[in-house]
Amino acid sequence: MIKTVIKKGAYFDSVSLMQVAKKLNAVAGVMDSAVVMATKENKGIIKASGLLTPEILKAGDSDLAIAVSAKTPEAAEAALAAAEELLNKKPAQPSSGTDRKAAGLDDAVKMLDGANLAVISVAGRFAGALAADCLEKGLNVMLFSDNVPVETEVELKRSAIKKGLLVMGPDCGTAIINGAPIAFANSVRRGNIGVVAASGTGLQEVTTLISNEGAGISQAIGTGGRDVKLEVGALTFIQALRMLAADPGTGVILLVSKPPHPAILKRITAEIKKIDKPVVAVFLGGEIKEKIKEDFYPAKTLEEAGYKTVCLSKGWKLGKAREMVYDMNLKAEQLAKKEVMKKRRSRCLRGLFSGGTFVSEAQLILPELIGEVRSNAPLDKRFKLKNSMELYGHAVIDLGEDEFTVGRPHPMIDFTLRNKMIISEAKKPEVSVLLLDLVLGYGANLKPLEDILPAIVEAFIQNRELSIVTSVTGTETDPQARFKIVKGLEAAGVIVMPSNAGACRLAGEIVRLVEKR
Amino acid sequence: MKLFESELKVVNIGLESFRQGLNDTGTRSVQVQFKPPLSSETGLFMKAGKKSARINKANQKALTKILAAKPALVGMGVALDVIPGMKKNLILHAGPPITWDRMCGPMRGAVMGALIYEGMAKAPKEAEKLAASGKIKYSPCHEHNCVGPMAGIISASMPVFIVKNEADGNYSYATQNEGLGKVLRYGAYSPEVIERLKWMGKTLYPTLKAAIKLLGRLDLKSMVAQALHMGDEVHNRNRAATSLFYRAIAPAVIKTARDPETAADVLEFINGNDHFFLNLSMALSKASLDAGRGVKDSSLVVVMARNGTDFGVQLSGTGGKWFTGPAPVPDALYFPGYTKADANPDIGDSAITETNSLGGFAIAAAPAIVQFVGGTAADAVSYTLAMYEITIGENNIYKIPYLNFRGTPTGIDVIKVAKSGILPFIDTGVAHKKAGVGQVGAGVLSAPPEPFAKAFEYFARNLK
Repeated sequence: MIKTVIKKGAYFDSVSLMQVAKKLNAVAGVMDSAVVMATKENKGIIKASGLLTPEILKAGDSDLAIAVSAKTPEAAEAALAAAEELLNKKPAQPSSGTDRKAAGLDDAVKMLDGANLAVISVAGRFAGALAADCLEKGLNVMLFSDNVPVETEVELKRSAIKKGLLVMGPDCGTAIINGAPIAFANSVRRGNIGVVAASGTGLQEVTTLISNEGAGISQAIGTGGRDVKLEVGALTFIQALRMLAADPGTGVILLVSKPPHPAILKRITAEIKKIDKPVVAVFLGGEIKEKIKEDFYPAKTLEEAGYKTVCLSKGWKLGKAREMVYDMNLKAEQLAKKEVMKKRRSRCLRGLFSGGTFVSEAQLILPELIGEVRSNAPLDKRFKLKNSMELYGHAVIDLGEDEFTVGRPHPMIDFTLRNKMIISEAKKPEVSVLLLDLVLGYGANLKPLEDILPAIVEAFIQNRELSIVTSVTGTETDPQARFKIVKGLEAAGVIVMPSNAGACRLAGEIVRLVEKR
Repeated sequence: MKLFESELKVVNIGLESFRQGLNDTGTRSVQVQFKPPLSSETGLFMKAGKKSARINKANQKALTKILAAKPALVGMGVALDVIPGMKKNLILHAGPPITWDRMCGPMRGAVMGALIYEGMAKAPKEAEKLAASGKIKYSPCHEHNCVGPMAGIISASMPVFIVKNEADGNYSYATQNEGLGKVLRYGAYSPEVIERLKWMGKTLYPTLKAAIKLLGRLDLKSMVAQALHMGDEVHNRNRAATSLFYRAIAPAVIKTARDPETAADVLEFINGNDHFFLNLSMALSKASLDAGRGVKDSSLVVVMARNGTDFGVQLSGTGGKWFTGPAPVPDALYFPGYTKADANPDIGDSAITETNSLGGFAIAAAPAIVQFVGGTAADAVSYTLAMYEITIGENNIYKIPYLNFRGTPTGIDVIKVAKSGILPFIDTGVAHKKAGVGQVGAGVLSAPPEPFAKAFEYFARNLK
């Protein structure tokens, strides 16, 4: 059946009307429709489609004709009502233009006068060429993308240095420049501490610890983990060091990295010697023993490095840093004694981490307390897990390793895999302590409690002897707000420590006490 | 160093969520719409990069010629008499070269119509047989200094406009526009179509020819410049340009027409066809771009054209070589009773307007037709802005009021297209895929990647 409506003297442009007709055809039960000004030409066109009713034939040039061919009268009515609504719809406001997407780099640079940093997170095979173009345009570059060949990395970094520009990455997850969090970074206080880090999680841990203790960050520069390897030769690490040494806003410098290649470490220490600002360094698993210069302060853990830097920044005695750790340990021992009360037969520790650097730190802290610890990312190859999914004895695994992340978002964003493992590990009667990390901030999971708590509750139901210990890396001004997360976890029975090192010590202490019994 | 001492301003390429932290701290940023490059041969990009000084110089030379072009309508004539290489048994068509067996429905229909118009066949069946017999030769309009909208068919006795680039002395040719509906260029060949063509040959042509002769010349370039300020992009909207043309030609038509009825008929025909100017806008574009041809080492695109089967591209620096790939079906709004299933793949030489910085490249100047591009003025603006990413310069004459009279993006650089993955944006009409039906809608499309990838790779590989 065909239904017609004529609107006298209602002018619409033909293109708007075609759009309305397009939408009418999508209404259920509608076979065809025409929404046209009733001109002679249009009458000819709709005649061909069999929609020319006597009413339309009578209508004139300035009349709007709506004709609907539908299976049922109801469908026709529904379509006519839809037409009415579509025709009366207020047009969308043209966007102000400020949030328009740039079509390309040229456009972007034109839109944002004085642009000085490009953050690149496209697929690795395109990232190198894109970074080169950005350098050409005088932009500093943060390359979040991974899978960029090492030769490209070296080429980019050399060309950047020549131009006086900085290339952070590839595979650089986080940075804080002029107070702005870049990619996976936390909302931290501004201050006089400059950080250079070849480790993303490491950078987040030290900057949040510093901020939570009331000190602040001037700049935090990520280099990408490969920068301190022999092939790249710490090109960015050393450049960043020099930038911070020259930066009037930076009073104390903190270096974070997994152990650099020995030859590269020499270059870095040579550079440190030239700097007339205090320098703190944590090379996880490769502590510098030599006295490089008077105001050089090596640290074993991220926590120790963070607290030492806070003391230097605030002009406190360095002993204060030791006191801070001591106080935390005291608290940890009391908590551990309480936890041990519920243990009967369980005695194993399992660490399920989303931050790679935390796995290294755990392996530096735990063995002193509980002996051998296995890992899929071992500091000592002898303790390599054969199968990363089959944990035994004491084990800590990095769920951010490639073996887990291919085709899947990073575990800091997507908790699915770790949640599964929390429950499956809890079901094992030998498991006594689950050691976790939870990283907040921009880029990370925005509703971590909702995602993790069901697994935590299930784990406690499955295992009456279980202790769950975690650190929460974040600040109160992060989008997730650290205190809310801590409160939620504690309410569920999780013990939350201020740092990963603290969480490791507590988890280790529980197991140590169990084994001593 | 400088970075720490200046306000941080971030260009974000990739994950959009990274802007949240920047927004929260009041850091200004722009998001870049990333597209992968068209060619995976990174070595060729590097080669082109190394020779960029030479290429840029060549491109500037070609661009200067195009910008300096002064296309004017200087007369009319019959195809056989004025078009270089035109023959009685030759039919010119839109797009890159094509044989009868690969021609799409509307182009076949238009060829058949032309054979009937020429009196070489009486009925469609006979025309079809003749068209396929091998007695009729086919050649692209572009290889004869011509352009034709949609099927773009030009046969020997058809009258054509003669446009001269007064700066360089080169000519271009195009037929008179028939109007909308059942028309030859959309593949219709029914008696009414042939009848209209006959009238256009017998009445419209001599009248306009005399009028143009009286005027001497009509400056088409300034007409287009004005039309852009009046809401046209002179491809899918030609209402303002047609009105301007009408204003310029009317007194001369009245003075020279054989009688008042003829004058009235001719003027009424132009007045009743908002697209009358389209063929002139195309001829103007062709005359301008041909001036930029043949510059060694230039990667500037001088032709984008479709024959309803293939989409073809030519570059300034690669001579007459065509680079082709399958023509896509446009994203369109359809007339009542038709859907995308009825649509023929993209067809016509009219993309010469985009090649010449008009049409889709100037859509920000035509707010009245933004429904084609998503419905808001901002959408149209962003399409035009995107085209600056793939062009060599900005036009000195064609300007867009909304962009504070910024010149339209001019001179497509195939290297920029291949590298950025941003494809030329084209306004278009849509023909029914069956011969004889005619137009079924209008819309827009991005040019297909394949011809540009091929053109870039050939260009870069042959750089010496």
